[in-house]
Formats: sequence, C-alpha cells, structure tokens
Amino acid sequence: MKHTLRFTFFVLLLVLAGLLANPVSAQDGQPPTDDDVNQVAKELYCPVCENVPLDVCATQACAQWRDLIRLKLSQGETESQIKQYFVENYGARVLNEPPREGLNWLAYLVPPVIILIGAGFLVRALRMMKKPVVAAPVKGPSVEAPADDYVARLEEEVKKQK
Amino acid sequence: MLAEFGYGVLVVTFLLALYSVGAAIFGYVNKSAALVESARRSMLLTFPLLTVAALSLILLLVRGDFNVQFVYEVTSRSMPTYLKITAWWGGQAGSLLFWSWLMSAFASAATLRKWDRDQEFLPWVIVVANVTLAFFLALNILFENPFARLYQTFDGNIAAYTFAPANSTPITPADGRGLNPLLRHPGMIIHPPMLYLGFVAYVIPFAFAIAALVTGRTDDRWIRVTRRWSLWAWLFLSFGLVLGGRWAYDVLGWGGYWGWDPVEIAAFMPWLTGTAFLHSVMIQEKRGMLKQWNMVLIILTYALVIFGTFLTRSGVLSSVHAFAQSAIGPSFFVFIGVTFVTSIGLLIHRWADLKAEAEMKSMLSREALFLLNNLLFMSVLVVSFWGVIFPLISELFTGQKVTVGPPFYERANSPLFAALMFLMAIAPLSAWGHSTVQTLGRAIWKPAIAAAAITVVTFFTYTQNWIALIGFFLVALVVLVTLYEFWRGARARQKTQGENFFSALAHLTGKNRRRYGGYIIHISMMLMAIGILGIELFQTETQGTIQVGESLRLQGYELVYRDIAQWDDRSTNVNYTRAVMEVYKNDQLVTKLHPRTDYYYEAQQNMTIPGVRSTMADDVYVLLVDWEPASAIGATFKLYINPLVNWLWVGSLLFLVGVIIAAWPEKDPERATVRATRSARQTSAAD
Repeated sequence: MKHTLRFTFFVLLLVLAGLLANPVSAQDGQPPTDDDVNQVAKELYCPVCENVPLDVCATQACAQWRDLIRLKLSQGETESQIKQYFVENYGARVLNEPPREGLNWLAYLVPPVIILIGAGFLVRALRMMKKPVVAAPVKGPSVEAPADDYVARLEEEVKKQK
Repeated sequence: MLAEFGYGVLVVTFLLALYSVGAAIFGYVNKSAALVESARRSMLLTFPLLTVAALSLILLLVRGDFNVQFVYEVTSRSMPTYLKITAWWGGQAGSLLFWSWLMSAFASAATLRKWDRDQEFLPWVIVVANVTLAFFLALNILFENPFARLYQTFDGNIAAYTFAPANSTPITPADGRGLNPLLRHPGMIIHPPMLYLGFVAYVIPFAFAIAALVTGRTDDRWIRVTRRWSLWAWLFLSFGLVLGGRWAYDVLGWGGYWGWDPVEIAAFMPWLTGTAFLHSVMIQEKRGMLKQWNMVLIILTYALVIFGTFLTRSGVLSSVHAFAQSAIGPSFFVFIGVTFVTSIGLLIHRWADLKAEAEMKSMLSREALFLLNNLLFMSVLVVSFWGVIFPLISELFTGQKVTVGPPFYERANSPLFAALMFLMAIAPLSAWGHSTVQTLGRAIWKPAIAAAAITVVTFFTYTQNWIALIGFFLVALVVLVTLYEFWRGARARQKTQGENFFSALAHLTGKNRRRYGGYIIHISMMLMAIGILGIELFQTETQGTIQVGESLRLQGYELVYRDIAQWDDRSTNVNYTRAVMEVYKNDQLVTKLHPRTDYYYEAQQNMTIPGVRSTMADDVYVLLVDWEPASAIGATFKLYINPLVNWLWVGSLLFLVGVIIAAWPEKDPERATVRATRSARQTSAAD
C-alpha cells in the first residue's frame, strides 16, 4: 500500500515537474550546487538524529539524504516538493516547525494566549496596587520624591555615605 | 574494594541527610535547639563525606579501573590525567554525584554563617537543602550508581551490578570507551560545572524563601540574606550558558553558537526566572511590594533548575517512551511535582501575610517598569517552555513526533527581546515611587537623538535591513542612556565632592556597586546583542568541492585551498586530517586557516574543528566537510562569514566584570539592610 502510494506520488511529481518545467536550478541547465542543496537541507531536520539540521549533520545517512536532495533538485523538483517528500517518508519531525494543522495549532496558540492572560493579570495587579494601602506601616517609605531633582538625591546619598 | 567503599559512603551520607531533615523538623516543632544543632552538624558532615566519595570515584577514574562501569564508559588509557578527572561529570552517574557534592558544599557554606538574627530560618533551610540532597543521592544509590562493577553472570551476560550477583565473575575490560570527543574541549570541561554551580546555588535562596513561608517571617529578610547567593548563582548560570555557546561555536561545526536546542533551553529557563527575580526583589527591598510574586519567582526558579536537570538527564527529549522506561525519569517527575505543589501550598497559606506595604504611584515608576520587565521575561519563558514540551505532548497524544526549531523561538522571542531592550533604556531613568512622561522625556531625549543619529549613519554605511536598524537603535539607546547615567552621577559627585571625573566615577561605582554593576551588565548585554544581531541577520555561507589551488569566494573574501595532510597520533589514538587555506581580502593575504577533522578511533566519532579568523567586524569560519585520501574529486569546504559575532564574546567578558562588581561584598553588609529608617527620597537615589 505504502509502496503504491509512494509510486503514485513519484509519478505525480514527474508529471508536475514536466508541467511546470521551470524550477530554479534547471532553468539555466546547471547542476545544483552545494549551496542549492544546503538551502533546502537547512529547512529540514535529520530524520534520525535528535535536533540536528540536515545541512550540518555529519552522519553518513545525512550525506546520502543531501545527495537525494541534489538528485531531486536536478530532476527539477522545487523546495516544497522535496520537503513534502521528506515529510511523507519520515514524518513531520523533519520540518523545523510543527506543520500548522490539527493539534499542532496548539503549539502556536498556547503561548500568546498565556502571555495575554499574564498581561491581563499584570494590568489588574497594577490597578489594585494603585489603591492606597490601608494602614500602611509606619516604617514603609511614604512620601514620593520629585523624580527629577536627581542631583539633590545624589547629594543626599553622598552625604550619607561619606 | 574502593568502589564498594565509595558506594557505602554514599549510602551513609544519604541516611545522614534523611536524619538531618527529621531532626530539623522535630527540633523546630519541639523547640529543641539541641536537635536543630544536631541537624546542622549532620548537614555539615555531608560535605566531607561526599568529598570522600568523590575522591574515591576520581581515584578509580585516574587509576583506570575499568571493572567499574562508569570508569569504563567515560575514560580510556590514552586520555590525559586532567581529562580523566573531569570525566567525573562526563557521564550520567558521575554528574549526579557532582550535583550532590555541590549541593552539600553550598548548603554547608550557608549553614556556617552567623545565624543569630535568623535562628528560626535555620531548621527549614536545612530541610530544603537536605531533601534536595537526599533526592539526588537516592538517584545515585538506587538507579545510577557510579561505583557499579561489571560482572559476567552464569548465563554469559555482562552487566553492571552494585552487589556481585550469585555465580558471577567480575569482568575488567582491557581499555575503556573513552570520553565522548565532543566533551574534551576546554569549554565543555568548564561549561557543565558552571551550569551546575548556578543550578545548585539557586537552591539556597529557595531554601530561605521556604523557611520564610514556613516560619511566617515574611518580611524581606530572606531576600537580603540570599541576595549575594542569587547574584552568584545567576553569574554561574549566565557564564555556563555563554561557555556552552562558545563550545558549540568552536566544536560542533555548524557555524553558530545557539540552536534553540531543548538542552540549551533547559539551562536558559531558570536563567529567565532568575533574571526576573534579580530585578523584582529590588522592588520588595525598596518599596515593600511584590512579596508574593518574588516567592512565585524563586519557587519557579527552583522547579526549573530541577526540571532542567531532568530534561538533560532523563532521556525524555529523545522519546517519551524512553523516559517512561528509565527509572530516573519518573522519580524526577514525582520530585518536581511534590516540591512544586508543596511550595505553592505554603505560599497560598501565607498569601495574606505577603501584602504590599506601599501602593503603586505611577505606571512609569521604576517598580511598574520592573513589573513589565518581569512580564516580558515570563513571556520568553512561556514560549521556551512550551516549545520544549510541545513535541512531548504531541508524541504522547497523537504519536506524531514533531520538531520545534529556531524559527518558532525566534519569531516569538525577537519582539520580546526588543521590548526588554527598550525597557533597559528607560527604566534606569525612572525613579522609584514616581515618574511621569515629562520627567522621563526630559532625561531621555538627548540619548535618543544620539542613538537615532547613530542609526542613520548605520543605515548609510552598514545595512538597510530594518530589523537590524531597530536592533542597533535600541543597542545604541541603552548604551548611551547607561553611559549618561554614569556621567550624570560622576558629574554630581564632582560638584559636591570636588573630585576629578575619574575618581568620582570610581567612587560612584564603589559606593553603589549593585546599581552600577547592574548598569555595566546592561552594557555588556548590548554588546552581546550586537553579536547576536550580526550573526542572526547577516551570516552568509557557501560550500564547494575544490582542488588544491582553487578557491571559494564569499563577501569579499577569497579562501585558497593550498594543502591537506592526514596522520595518526598514536598517543591519543586520534586521526587528524588538516587542510591549509589562505585567506585573501582585496587580493591581500590576511592569514592562513587550518580547518580539520579529528577521528577518534575509540569512540569511532568524527569532530569537525573549524579554522576561524576572528575580528570585531566579522569571523571567517571555514570547515573541512569532506575529503577522501584516495580520490581525485578534491576536498569539500563550507565557509561562513559571521559578521560581528566577536562582540558576543567580548560582551560576555564585560558581563563578568559587571557581575563581580555587583556581587562584591560590601564592607558593612548590615548597612544595606535597614530600609526602615530611610526616607523614600534617599531610597530612590540609592538603589
């Protein structure tokens, strides 16, 4: 089943490539350079290591995957097609971010929601703190200093520490 | 024999730690000073005991006693002695022992202080420190025994056992596997101890916080007592992070220093709460506010310290399932849960006692801005924490493994960092208690105009990238505002004291080390920011396979491949392949670089060591990616130009200076503790 799917995918890719027929590297008839390959590999993660981008991964397996990217580029596949190939064969972990679908949306939505809630709390806390403190203890600093008489404050400090 | 002795010492220390916890609690409840003293002495005894255990392990490592599994795993005959010693923290079991040893050292140091005024804290500081110590010792004793020996059982299997199984024979391999070559770099030798020093030192302020909660002495005494502890902890943690980055840059061979890897983030998260804590305790000291929040921050820091150790030590990052099967993972999980819930429970119990003593006067006062700073640090924490645990959640609930990589963190955190920089620019100008738009505006307009001028110059001479321009503007603003503050202070002293400018500057800093040390840290952070902006936004790279005499070109540089050689070093068991590249700029020979790959036979592992030419403008960073001796296709090199990255390392040195100034002991430490007698007027100038 998986093989048939992969085969169908390949055929589709070939057809697509034939239809589009103007991918970046094939345009000038030059074989893809190492930089072209790294450009794509940079966006992918090594499918078997932990948290190692494919363009810098030093394992033999990764070297072969980079060769595969080179082959695909020379066959005229685009970056997104190659990425798609890697996702279908090795799972979403090869992407440098979770794909934006299904449960993965949580990855993107939870932090802003929590931060907004935090900001809300801060605003509320600031409002509450603005209310005068009832029966403030005598030792607490009480009067506000005019903020701009900087020199006067500093002088006082200096006198005290002499 | 030595191994059994070491293990025995660990067990005795563990029991002693448990006794100490029991005696401290019992002594507190029954008001028995003798029992608390007994607990204190037991606490003090754990340090020499653990030192003996550690020395046993070091002796085994240096002697090359490969019958001991840990020694077999992290050392080999060919390793130099200093590496055999530092292999102590080169593996799981040893590094946990290292943690415990530091914990007992710090706890002893804390209990050796004079306790006259803080007698009621003592039992609970002992309890917290020793519960933590006992937990880490239990991990060593039950799951990760560094002293376990290798035995062959009757069915032919070889495994490590603490006690010899029946019908077994001890096995001593002829040589060990050797320390992971990646860990033999000087940066990596110092980086883990630095991080651990930071991690463990944060336990002490936490212990005092818990002591304050339990005893109900909820004034800011616990903060004053532990102020220096938190500052040193923060220094070690920060420096550990920087060293880790430097190590990655020098050894990992991917042209960068920080990859938003979960292991890095594990150490970054307690740093975030720790930094927020450093700022927000000042509000409590100056204004008697935010007492509850400071408790939350130190509890979070402690939890994240344990969580960070857990992330790197439990295997949870490679897979949720590996974690569930390891013995150490679930224990960590339970420990974090229990300590966190207990601490929060205590905090809720004392919530009402921790009411603020003063009210917020203005949204632009320094305390309000510090609160905003706390929100931003917490936001970075939320993003980082979620990024680390989301793959685990995804794997757990859908079975799908995903990667959360740099784009995720950079997109979310960059604006937060920019906002933090902006705060760094205005907060030093605002006053405690009260500030208005007018007072702030009056103070900031000169530096702001100068910063804008610098940005315009940058636009015409260096870059038109608008993100970079915003970054450089903020850097310039923060540096100028901070220098302006130094200048204003020194001028004021000049007028009143008749000193010359430089001695005024020195006295100003000396009289208020915390404030001006903090300002130096701000400037150092901005230098680091220049480096980060440079490498993040302007890094370029190219790769090519070339023959001797051919060259790679990038950003005005030409690197000519001149030669390559390969040889074996028998003494270290390493094969070196080293290329010679000449670096030309404008057709002038600038330098020669020697990128190499080191192949470690024992570990069967390659290391890619870059050739780097470093200036303040940019780094030329070249890697030897591939070369086959018997082939004619030439050698493959990868060349990076990393603009401005050196500012990162220079900044980190200045940072060190700043923290040392801020943390240097005052001549009279008690002077700083009397907030009560000060008026707000003095307070706002003397922070």
